[in-house]
Amino acid sequence: MPQNRLTRLFQEKSGNLLNIYFTAGYPKLDDTVTILEELEAAGADLVEIGMPFSDPLADGPTIQASNQVALENGMSIRKLMAQLQGVRERVSLPIILMGYLNPVMQYGFERFCQDAAAVGVDGFILPDLPFAEYEEEYKPILEKYGLSLIFLITPQTSEARIRQIDALSSSFIYMVSSASTTGSQVQTNEGQQAYFSKVKGLGLRNPLLIGFGISDRPSFELACQSAHGAIIGSAFIKALQQPAEVRENVRSFLKTLR
Amino acid sequence: MNYGVDERGYYGQFGGAYIPEMLYPNVEELREQYLSIMQEPAFQQELQELLRDYVGRPTPLYHAKRLSERYNTKIYLKREDLNHTGAHKINNTVGQILLAKRLGKKRIIAETGAGQHGVATATVCALAGLECIVYMGKIDTERQRPNVEKMRLLGATVIPVTSGSQTLKDATNEAIRDWINHPEDTHYIIGSVVGPHPYPDMVARFQSVISAEIRKQLLEKEGREIPDYVVACVGGGSNAAGAFYHFLGEPTVQLVAVEAAGLGVDTGHSAATSVLGKTGIIHGSKTLLMQTEDGQITEPYSISAGLDYPGVGPQHAHLAQSGRARFIAITDADAMEALRELSRLEGIIPAIESSHALAALKEINAGPDQVVVLNLSGRGDKDLNTILTYFEQQDAAK
Ligand SMILES: Cc1ncc(COP(=O)(O)O)c(C=O)c1O
Repeated sequence: MPQNRLTRLFQEKSGNLLNIYFTAGYPKLDDTVTILEELEAAGADLVEIGMPFSDPLADGPTIQASNQVALENGMSIRKLMAQLQGVRERVSLPIILMGYLNPVMQYGFERFCQDAAAVGVDGFILPDLPFAEYEEEYKPILEKYGLSLIFLITPQTSEARIRQIDALSSSFIYMVSSASTTGSQVQTNEGQQAYFSKVKGLGLRNPLLIGFGISDRPSFELACQSAHGAIIGSAFIKALQQPAEVRENVRSFLKTLR
Repeated sequence: MNYGVDERGYYGQFGGAYIPEMLYPNVEELREQYLSIMQEPAFQQELQELLRDYVGRPTPLYHAKRLSERYNTKIYLKREDLNHTGAHKINNTVGQILLAKRLGKKRIIAETGAGQHGVATATVCALAGLECIVYMGKIDTERQRPNVEKMRLLGATVIPVTSGSQTLKDATNEAIRDWINHPEDTHYIIGSVVGPHPYPDMVARFQSVISAEIRKQLLEKEGREIPDYVVACVGGGSNAAGAFYHFLGEPTVQLVAVEAAGLGVDTGHSAATSVLGKTGIIHGSKTLLMQTEDGQITEPYSISAGLDYPGVGPQHAHLAQSGRARFIAITDADAMEALRELSRLEGIIPAIESSHALAALKEINAGPDQVVVLNLSGRGDKDLNTILTYFEQQDAAK
């Protein structure tokens, strides 16, 4: 098996990593691979593809709405796997699938891992998969297919738990910037800076990417001072709503960042 | 077999806490503390006083003679409809508000479908002097105007939810999102035995007063604590969980859980989760769930706003799968007929939810020497508009 693209990325590049989230099947059902290609061309370092769900508990209005549109467009895990067939001939940046557990369960967890690995996916973010269940039931299957699972931490996560998460992680840790759902406007404040430097000071073995509320160059650059990079989701979804053609929307948004 | 929760938060294969990290500290705080707080003598004393003097407990166990005659068995109605605010929901909200105060919370959030749980939460928040925010699907705020007005009169803020299908499941999503955004000062009073562990167990414990009273009252009236049947309707399952609680380990008691079949189980307009659901995850719990093949949660239908939840509490999923409880699905039409029947036979207008349980009486074939306890979870006042419209349309169709 080739070395995991995520591991390689973090070995090769130590900072300012730009991770873009978008919802599969949004704005149009067949935009998924187009967006991937444009993101790679425009300099994104890694991507998270959201698998739409009817009830996205941890998401704010922008991503909720993109989930709903994607489902109305006919997106499903099955459809996404079909779209990603052959994607590795066209893009090489690491790809993470992000989504809620229920659709994955119905698809079948092992089949999900097998199909994702086959098309060249590198890891998953499954925010509602609990720790204990991960260790007992899911970890061996993920390992069998060489896939990483990325965990979240928040300002309320205790140090002991952060260390536990660090021990279980194999690519990076997703550091949620503040107690919020996705897309909230984060005001940078002292509490947040204290949280960033506290975590930075823990000397974790995994790199950190900061997400939630990162929306433009200033917030991206600020986040990059405290972590290896940052994740932009809702702001990118909003950029995709612009009237221009989808490739153009991706390019102009990325230009504002780098 | 054990029907209670295990130390991992599961009932058989159902339950657990499938929640994002953002919710973990809140849920973990509750998990660590709920049992020890609930067992404090001072807590118990305060709770028992409120249940007696504020809620109006114990509720009567009423021998319904004309109804018994009609079904040729001995039927007792557990009168949860006589509680303050008109349903069993307040047993839970009174308990959780005391718990929230002990956890030092300043702000209370809740979801509501029909508005009964919202009213019960707004009520105890007024009592405790705590801020109250109730999430309610926009469609439900329109269907259940009087309950919205009641909540506002009680000082609560009602937020109409416009995401998703704009009903109970989306109101629950929105309450959970609020909790994510307020991780320190807020307690979420969930309205049924659903959600992540420890909610299903905690809510069942607060509702278990129903079966504790039934045992005592039945002993006085029948010389035995154990009935032959306990019948209750199931939306999320809290009134049933409370009515079953102290009988789970009594193998001679037949537990009957009554779901809403809507227009009929196979019509595509139903809320019979135990029949139509598959194992999945909703609101942090692994349970039976109505969903598409792709795992998208679907919108249930029932004439009763309190029974149209696409899931069911994890304990009920376990009771269904293990066969400990018998699940029966009752259509809108049969429930409405049973509502009219009880009104005319006993002078009691039941909630449409509870009427589903009443309609199951004809299915269980209890014998003349047997004792049936039916949990009358609520009164029909809140449903008057729906009831009148339903019977008008029926008469017009004749
Ligand atoms: C009177 C009444 N009965 C039953 C229910 C269903 O809830 P549960 O299944 O949690 O008892 C409701 C919910 O609103 C209700 O108002």
